Amino acid sequence: MKAPAEPGRLSVRKTYKLYIGGAFPRSESGRTYLVDGDNVALASRKDARDAVLAARSAQPKWAGATAYNRGQVLYRIAEMMEARRAEFTALGVRSSELSAAVDRWVWYAGWSDKIAQVAGGANPVAGPFFNISAPEPTGVVAVVAPPSLLGLVSVIAPAIVTGNTVVVLAAGPQVAITLAEVLATSDVPGGVVNLLTGRYAETAPWLASHDDVNAIDLTGVDHPDVAIELERAAAGTLKRVIRPVTGGVDFTADPGLRPMTALLETKTVWHPKGY
Amino acid sequence: MFEYAPAPESRSVVDIAGSYGLFIDGAFDGGKDGNVFKTVNPATEEVLAEVAAAGPEDVDRAVAAARRAFGPWSALPGAERAKYLFRIARIIQERSRELAVLESLDNGKPIKESRDVDLPLVAAHFFYYAGWADKLAYAGFGPDPRPIGVAGQVIPWNFPLLMLAWKIAPALATGNTVVLKPAETTPLSALFFADVCRQAELPPGVVNIVTGAGDTGAYLVQHPDVNKVAFTGSTEVGREIARAVSGTAKRLTLELGGKAANIVFDDAPIDQAVEGIVNGIFFNQGHVCCAGSRLLVQESVADELLVSLKRRMATLRVGDPLDKNTDIGAINSAAQLTRITELSEIGASEGAERWSPECTLPDRGFWFAPTIFTGVTQAHRIAREEIFGPVLSVLTFRTPEEAVAKANNTPYGLSAGIWTEKGSRILAVADKLRAGVVWANTFNKFDPASPFGGYKESGYGREGGRHGLEAYLA
Repeated sequence: MKAPAEPGRLSVRKTYKLYIGGAFPRSESGRTYLVDGDNVALASRKDARDAVLAARSAQPKWAGATAYNRGQVLYRIAEMMEARRAEFTALGVRSSELSAAVDRWVWYAGWSDKIAQVAGGANPVAGPFFNISAPEPTGVVAVVAPPSLLGLVSVIAPAIVTGNTVVVLAAGPQVAITLAEVLATSDVPGGVVNLLTGRYAETAPWLASHDDVNAIDLTGVDHPDVAIELERAAAGTLKRVIRPVTGGVDFTADPGLRPMTALLETKTVWHPKGY
Repeated sequence: MFEYAPAPESRSVVDIAGSYGLFIDGAFDGGKDGNVFKTVNPATEEVLAEVAAAGPEDVDRAVAAARRAFGPWSALPGAERAKYLFRIARIIQERSRELAVLESLDNGKPIKESRDVDLPLVAAHFFYYAGWADKLAYAGFGPDPRPIGVAGQVIPWNFPLLMLAWKIAPALATGNTVVLKPAETTPLSALFFADVCRQAELPPGVVNIVTGAGDTGAYLVQHPDVNKVAFTGSTEVGREIARAVSGTAKRLTLELGGKAANIVFDDAPIDQAVEGIVNGIFFNQGHVCCAGSRLLVQESVADELLVSLKRRMATLRVGDPLDKNTDIGAINSAAQLTRITELSEIGASEGAERWSPECTLPDRGFWFAPTIFTGVTQAHRIAREEIFGPVLSVLTFRTPEEAVAKANNTPYGLSAGIWTEKGSRILAVADKLRAGVVWANTFNKFDPASPFGGYKESGYGREGGRHGLEAYLA
């Protein structure tokens, strides 16, 4: 959907490119596909591999940032998105959905420095030991995103708030790349979120079997057979898998903790206690 | 040096029958097709008993029994379920000497470990999870957590009864019913546990035990009426199971292999570290998924540490598992002994230097002397593959960064050890290690209140603690 042009003026069209490592490259394959009159980059498996590399390089620093800092960054995304409502509206996103997506960033922003207290803590072990469990990010997460903006935000935010980095195979490319522009102008370090547009059936198998991807979220996979294939491929490296929900997820509902905890490891550290 | 006099534990406390059936719906019976297998004492190769090998029909019956029991069991008030679990914990305590001797006979592990480690922990797990049964709404998984249904559980041979407790206690506390398959080399303690369930008057079908080999486990895992699969064992089998449940609604948790790094910094108290290293790799004959099988020593103290380590290893007593002075018992099976022997030979042929203390091994049974390899590099197979035996690979490092990089250079991520007197270094290194359990200045500590589980290819999910409930709640 396009914004109305001014009479007598030829509008400048936007090229929708990929979002990898904080930059907006074209697909290395040189391919595009047509969506609503726009040529959109058609990601290749090489693009997917590049995106994993970017996500992996960004991951330790993002996970090493303080939780307070990550919360600030997520809140900044909400600010930038709020300021760009018109762009999303022009792409046909309903106002209520837009508000919900902004509010979701705010909600997750607040979780960054709380999830460790809720999901971890000191364990009362029977012996002279101090023992504490804390959640940690699982690493690089590949996400097959659902088509709506709220769905897209609802799969990215819980993954990155705890320090994971993501490679997102996005549906609805114009909306997704507009979100990428929001991310690029927020304080999200390059590589934390990488967005690929195109056909997930083409790129997802490479991510599912990729040795350097720790988890795969199949929420947006709309074909059961493909979901089975991807889950089976993910078993090769024992990736954590979030399966698609039959009948779809109600993204307007309270997400609860599971979207975050599904992408967390628990590390338990023991130390003797004594004088 | 004084020699130790033999101090054997009497095996008269345990009465092993000549043959055992399957435990289905509260009763023992033979498998449908009458297949049996023998379980042997790995220390003597003596046949202990004949055990039924469950086929597909038997697994069907067990799952059906668990399904029938699920409705009433999950509907029981949590406080009532708790009382059954408390009863089980008490009976285990009362029968712990019998169960410890049985475990050592069937598994080959030293009696001092089955008596002082396994059995106390088994009882503690049932006590711990008993207390959760009526408090699930407070566990942090939502106000109305529900059981999943029938759990199919497959456990390994290294800690037969302890792994059973890790699986069954949280499953029952949360209102699930179970079909458990113990390993084919160590089925006996699970069958004795079935008797504990009968003594506790646990309703029939809540716990079912099907004995057999890998194919029995595969039937169970793939059974369409199993809602949750829990597996502890090798990464290879874990991969197969993850593939098998793909595309189903089955929930899955896996506790798989490891190749833990035990990192010793130059300021570590050497004697304590040596004790930790010995415990890390020689506890339970090294048949431990979280064993500290890669020793990373800071170069400046490597020579000194190796002298102490070898001196300590020379005092390890290998032999009769039922002798209370035994440190290292028998290797669990001929197959496992072959694997350990092969990988050790590869270690030597790839250029690492092999050393074992002088020790006389018994003529019969499956034995392997405690062994270390020095001069190991990260490319060596003994530094990469899980050996699952009393074999330690020693590598060195110069800086903490190098230690972390080498420790994390593995597809596994179950456990790790850090030895240093510097608290800030412990915390910094523990942060950077990609492992589910990090022991600092200690090793191989377990507790029911403490979550345990792996990163990366060491599996997914946690057992123990509040975290361990999640796998059994919808």
